[in-house]
Amino acid sequence: MFAKQLSVFIENRQGRLGEVLNVLGQNGVNILSMSLADTTEYGLLRLIVNNPEMGKEKLTEAGFSSLLSDVLVIQIPHKAGSLQKLLKCIEAAGVNIEYMYGLSIDGAEAYVVMKASDVAKTEKVLSENGVMTLSNDRIKTL
Amino acid sequence: MIWSKEETLPREEIERIQLERLQETVARVYEKVEPYRAKMDAAGVKPEDIKTLQDLAKLPFVTKQDMRDNYPFGLFAVEREKLVRIHASSGTTGKPTVVGYTQADLDTWTECVSRIACMGGATEKDVAQICFGYGMFTGALGLHYGLENIGATIVPSSTGNSQKQIMYMQDFETSLLVATPSYALRLAEVAREMGLEPKKDLKVKIGLVGSELLTDAMREEMHKYWGDEMIITSNYGMSELMGPGVSGECEYLEGMHINEDFFIPEIIDPVTEEVLPAGEKGELVITCIKKEGLPLIRYRTKDITRLFYDKCKCGRTFCRMENLSGRSDDMLKIRGVNVFPSQIEEVILSFEELGPHYEIVVEREGYLDKLTVKVELNQPTDSFTVLETLAKSVSGKLKTILGLDAKVKLESPNTLQRFEGKAKRVKDLRKV
Repeated sequence: MFAKQLSVFIENRQGRLGEVLNVLGQNGVNILSMSLADTTEYGLLRLIVNNPEMGKEKLTEAGFSSLLSDVLVIQIPHKAGSLQKLLKCIEAAGVNIEYMYGLSIDGAEAYVVMKASDVAKTEKVLSENGVMTLSNDRIKTL
Repeated sequence: MIWSKEETLPREEIERIQLERLQETVARVYEKVEPYRAKMDAAGVKPEDIKTLQDLAKLPFVTKQDMRDNYPFGLFAVEREKLVRIHASSGTTGKPTVVGYTQADLDTWTECVSRIACMGGATEKDVAQICFGYGMFTGALGLHYGLENIGATIVPSSTGNSQKQIMYMQDFETSLLVATPSYALRLAEVAREMGLEPKKDLKVKIGLVGSELLTDAMREEMHKYWGDEMIITSNYGMSELMGPGVSGECEYLEGMHINEDFFIPEIIDPVTEEVLPAGEKGELVITCIKKEGLPLIRYRTKDITRLFYDKCKCGRTFCRMENLSGRSDDMLKIRGVNVFPSQIEEVILSFEELGPHYEIVVEREGYLDKLTVKVELNQPTDSFTVLETLAKSVSGKLKTILGLDAKVKLESPNTLQRFEGKAKRVKDLRKV
C-alpha cells in the first residue's frame, strides 16, 4: 500500500515555515508526521497529513510550490534491531532509500515513512516478507 | 499591410529626403535654439557645412543632460503658444525631461505609430487594449492615436486593476494587446488565477510590446501563455524623440524598421563616440528631421543595437535595428565584466522549470562583487537532488555566457515582485 506524502519547497526566510503551517492549520489539515531538511538556501518540508489533496490544493492557492508523491509507511515491531532487519531485505532487492523519517509509536508497533528509488518494487519486497505498509486512510486512525 | 508608400522607397530616394530635411532642420535649430547655436559654434560647424548625409557626424551630440540643463523648454524650436501637447519622461533623479508637440508633430507621430501597428499585423478590425499608463508618459497616447488612426477600436484601459483588464478582454473580445512584455505575462498569470486559459478563453492574437527589452526568450515565454499563433512584435521609441513609433518589427521579426523619412539613425562607439559602420554593435544615435517642437539632433539614446540595410522580405526598404541588447546605462560591470541583464534573462528562460520572473542582485563582499540571481521555481519537486542539479546547471550556464560565477537562489512561485510598467529587475547594492 502506498501513502501520499505532501512536500513543500520553502526558501530559508524568516516566517516561511510558519506561513505553511498557518495555511494547513486554517484548513483543518492535521500533520501526523513531518521531516524538515534544509540546505543554506532552501528547505523541503515533507509531511504525512490527514488530507494530502486538500493540503496541496490550499498550499498551491497560497502560492507555495508543493507536490504529492508516493511513499511507504511501514509498520515494524517497536523493538531494537527491527529497522535494521527491514533494511536488509530492501538492500537485498537492490533498491536505494532516498530518505526516511519516523511516524509514530503505537504500543508494540512503530512506523517509518520511506521514500525509495523504486517505490513499487520496495512495496512488493516488503509484502513478500510479511511487512505491513499503510494507506492514508489507515494512517489517520493511528 | 504596408501603411505608407514612403516605407518602400528606393534607398537613393530615402537619402535624398533625409538630406533635404536634415539641412532644413539644422538651419532652423541654429537660428532658433540658442543652446544648439552655442554647441555648433563651439564645434566650429555651420548649417551650410552639412552638404551630405556623412556631414551629420560633424554635428555635436545632444544628451539627456542637455535636456535637463535646459528644463523645461530651452531646447524647443517653436514658441510655447505653438505647442498643442506636452509630455514628460519620468525623471527618477532630478527634473523630468519635457517634450512638446505642435499639431504637425502630433500628426507625424500618429503616422509613425500607424505604420508600426500595421507592421505588427493590426487592422481596422482589431479591438486594441492599451495597457500602458496614460498621463505624462508617451507610450499610451502614442499607441492610442496611431491605432485609432488605422480604425481599430481602442480600449484605453491603462495599467493596474489586472482582473478588470482580463474582464475587458473577455467582454470586448480584445484582439490586440499593447503592454510591456512583463505586464503581458503578468496579465496571463492573472487570467489563469481567474480560472481562464488565455490561449483558449481570450481572443488576443496580436501583441505590440514595447518600453522594455523583448528578448527572444521572453517572446517565447509570451507564446507559451498566449498561444503560438499570437503575433508578438516589439516597437521602439522614446519620448525625447517623439514617443513610440521610431521603429517597429514586421512579421518577419528580423529587426525593427526605422521610420527613416523622419529619423536618421547612427551607431557610435559609446566611449570614443566614433561612428561605426553598418552591422556593428554600439549606441544608437538618432536625429529627428521632421519635427517642429523639439527637433533633437544626434540624440544619444544609450540603447545598444546594430543596423541592417539589406532589403526585408516584407518589402519595406527602411533599415532595421536589431532588438536592443541592453542600455549602456543598464550595463552592469561585475568584477570587470560587462553584463547585460538581457543575457541573464536568456539563460533563465531556457529552463522550463524556472521563471519567467527573476531578480538580479549585485552586492559587494569585501572587495569582491557578488552576483545573485533569484528566480521562481515553477515545477514542484520533493527532491534535493533535483533542486541542486537545477541550481547548478543554471549557474553553469551563466558562467559560460557571462564568464562569471553567479549564485542562483530558487524562490517559491509568486514571491518575486511583479511590475505593471517597466520591470525593475536589477538591484545594484554596491556602495562605491
